[in-house]
Amino acid sequence: MKGQMSGARMVVEALKDQGVDTIFGYPGGAVLPIYDELFLQNDIRHILVRHEQGAVHAAEGYARSTGKPGVVLVTSGPGATNAVTGLTDALMDSIPIVVLSGQVPTFMIGNDAFQEADTVGITRPCTKHNWLVKDTADLSNIIHQAFHVATHGRPGPVLVDIPKDVQFASAEYTPPERARTSHYQPRVKGDIEQIRKLVALMETAERPVFYTGGGVINSGPAASQLLRELVDATGFPITSTLMGLGAYPASGKNWLGMLGMHGLYEANLAMHDCDLLIAIGARFDDRITGRVQDFSPGSTRVHIDIDPSSINKVVRTDVPIVGDVAHVLEDVLKLWKAGGRKTNREAVQRWWAQIEEWRKVDCLAYTPSEKTIKPQYALQRLQELTKDHPRRYITTEVGQHQMWAAQFLRFEEPNRWMTSGGLGTMGYGLPASIGVQIAHPDALVINVAGEASWLMNMQEMGTAVQYRLPVKQFILNNERLGMVRQWQELLHGERYSQSWSEALPDFVKLAEAFGAKGIICTDPADLDDAIREMLEYDGPVIFDCVVEKHENCFPMIPSGEPHNKMILGENASTKDAIGSSGAVLV
Amino acid sequence: MSPLKIEKGTSRHSAYDLRDPHAAPEETHTLAVVVDNEAGVLARVIGLFSGRGYNIESLTVAETDHEGHLSRITIVTKGTPAVIEQIKAQLGRLVPVHDVHDLTVEGPAVERELALFKVTGEGEKRIEALRLAEIFRANVVDSTLKSFIFEITGTPQKIDAFAELMRPLGLVEMARTGVAALSRGAR
Ligand SMILES: Cc1cc2nc3c(=O)[nH]c(=O)nc-3n(C[C@H](O)[C@H](O)[C@H](O)COP(=O)(O)OP(=O)(O)OC[C@H]3O[C@@H](n4cnc5c(N)ncnc54)[C@H](O)[C@@H]3O)c2cc1C
Ligand SMILES: Cc1ncc(C[n+]2csc(CCOP(=O)(O)OP(=O)(O)O)c2C)c(N)n1
Repeated sequence: MKGQMSGARMVVEALKDQGVDTIFGYPGGAVLPIYDELFLQNDIRHILVRHEQGAVHAAEGYARSTGKPGVVLVTSGPGATNAVTGLTDALMDSIPIVVLSGQVPTFMIGNDAFQEADTVGITRPCTKHNWLVKDTADLSNIIHQAFHVATHGRPGPVLVDIPKDVQFASAEYTPPERARTSHYQPRVKGDIEQIRKLVALMETAERPVFYTGGGVINSGPAASQLLRELVDATGFPITSTLMGLGAYPASGKNWLGMLGMHGLYEANLAMHDCDLLIAIGARFDDRITGRVQDFSPGSTRVHIDIDPSSINKVVRTDVPIVGDVAHVLEDVLKLWKAGGRKTNREAVQRWWAQIEEWRKVDCLAYTPSEKTIKPQYALQRLQELTKDHPRRYITTEVGQHQMWAAQFLRFEEPNRWMTSGGLGTMGYGLPASIGVQIAHPDALVINVAGEASWLMNMQEMGTAVQYRLPVKQFILNNERLGMVRQWQELLHGERYSQSWSEALPDFVKLAEAFGAKGIICTDPADLDDAIREMLEYDGPVIFDCVVEKHENCFPMIPSGEPHNKMILGENASTKDAIGSSGAVLV
Repeated sequence: MSPLKIEKGTSRHSAYDLRDPHAAPEETHTLAVVVDNEAGVLARVIGLFSGRGYNIESLTVAETDHEGHLSRITIVTKGTPAVIEQIKAQLGRLVPVHDVHDLTVEGPAVERELALFKVTGEGEKRIEALRLAEIFRANVVDSTLKSFIFEITGTPQKIDAFAELMRPLGLVEMARTGVAALSRGAR
């Protein structure tokens, strides 16, 4: 029994009881009592960021790379509103985050008090759930509930808004084991009858494909292990979304590569032509389906997902299985083995022969250059020079560089790839790399960035330097908002409205100004040495990799086309490829 | 099998389906949602509907279990079967939601709404209004020499019908509660 204590103290006790070792935050008037309590203890490490958006992205990097929830502490008003983009990002990508925000005292709420904002109102649509604590007696209970909700079922961000008088007042502390975790207990076991149907389909399928996503990563390492076992045992091909990379190893023999708008030719055609589509923890995002009515027209669809609202949301599913990936795959494997490990081997072999034909297209091929560094080349070299590192973690910003990173870097393990998929938040990568490095001090953490995205949260370089975090900022600098430029070329008649970066800083000097190391590389012949220099330096590095300015990212499923029609680099003219009605959507 | 030959994009369509993918006929459903009666729960439910573009035709809410602090929200909504299915799934994943019942598909249900009508007039019209109120079993709950307030309970259709008849007879104001509903039988 911990007995009576102040609300501020309760916050710290509850975090300790939840196993929290690190929080990312930024102080202010409405959270000063909590900062006092943090000052008085040594169990929880507080990382002082430079902007609250950075705190949430750092917590996302921490969470995604460890499987544990990320924790953030911000003040009221602007502290809370600055956290909104991070919360929305975490909601879209199903990342467990607990944000604690200060609030003006309860008796001043509604008076337009100094730094008052309706934080629970503002964050209601961008959290999985949120609470305004009005009584210190409820505080510890609510914090335990918050952790429960963030980490159970489909993970997501939650926020607890704590008025300052609630932090000062005292009450009895509720330990986690006595907390009311409410009725919120999403089911994890799949319906065995549905799983039986899946196994029967697997036994006869002629052209099966596994379509896996972020849900496999969310489910934990056991899920990736079971997935690998299932794929290897059945011999079926497997593709993954951007969010699921690493669940099945890129070196695995059944790996087709990423699918979707910038996915691989063979992966997308396999989705289009398959007769059995097994979706595992993936949500049929519009970057995957393209034109919905032409999506995978001849397939029977099975969908394993913990969130019933993901099922039948975009495409009709024949066999829905609501449950946690690891739990469901365990049952699938059990039943399939008990049934004699049957597959339609001859047909699956023919299917593979077809896939091998598609592979010959070599869809990632690009025109090499001896004069300028091609972004694809830069990533190939980065892959080559880091692939043997036992603990390599990659984060990205958003844009072309992100897609090239997904295509050219190879992930062998889950939780090694942190990227903003659903919201596509420029400015995610640098703070995320900080969160990852905090969680894994000895790891190699690289943020593959575009110069425009990187500038959005570059203040966090200060955090990296303060905590001596050797994060590597690998900036593919094309002096363009490359992805925007590409769409303007393809969809807007080459009218390059506002899509280049002018007045860019000298990144080497910028690094030095922060107290980090700066490297610039412009010549492909120097690239390997420059990358080695970056890797060998024991501290944060900004690497200004000056690349080809007008490279487009291919393959690309152009507007209005189903999976079996896409533009490939060099092979197709990209000029005026898409009519103007294709410009309506992003 | 797909052709290996890559066709150059000449399409006039968008990458996404600009036509409504759920372009099936719309249906009206009555949903009963049991929720924790906590601060903001109604905002959460309404925000879900507005944020995702669903319709609310009517909505009623009150605490029905004072001890358990549970409220019952009755929502009448309209959408294609796919949209209705999404609405139920989306409601179901809200943390304070305990149960979502689709009374329209879960067997027969009783639906009732209460309405108050203010009707003003004199002479023949006043007498006619009173006569019709009797037929509709509406009660007079307030009267002056120039006005009545009628109270009527029934299905929304019955209340609509009563309103239609009252309009030419001097209907000046109306208040409706929205639908409350329960499934029939011992369940
Ligand atoms: C510029 C840009 C381009 C992009 N291009 C592509 C592209 O070409 N290809 C691509 O794939 N993506 C692309 N994306 C990303 C895309 O927008 C989506 O974020 C991504 O496709 C979604 O991945 P997912 O389906 O794995 O879902 P996630 O967002 O990871 O969702 C996970 C799903 O799994 C479920 N789930 C969670 N936990 C569990 C569990 N324990 N058990 C079971 N189920 C669970 C969830 O309910 C959810 O349905 C791009 C993004 C950007 C910014
Ligand atoms: C916060 C935010 N604003 C705008 C966008 C739209 N957007 C997507 S990619 C992109 C350009 C990114 O440029 P850069 O970071 O240099 O990467 P590149 O595409 O050149 O590799 C923009 C503006 C976004 N995703 N996020």
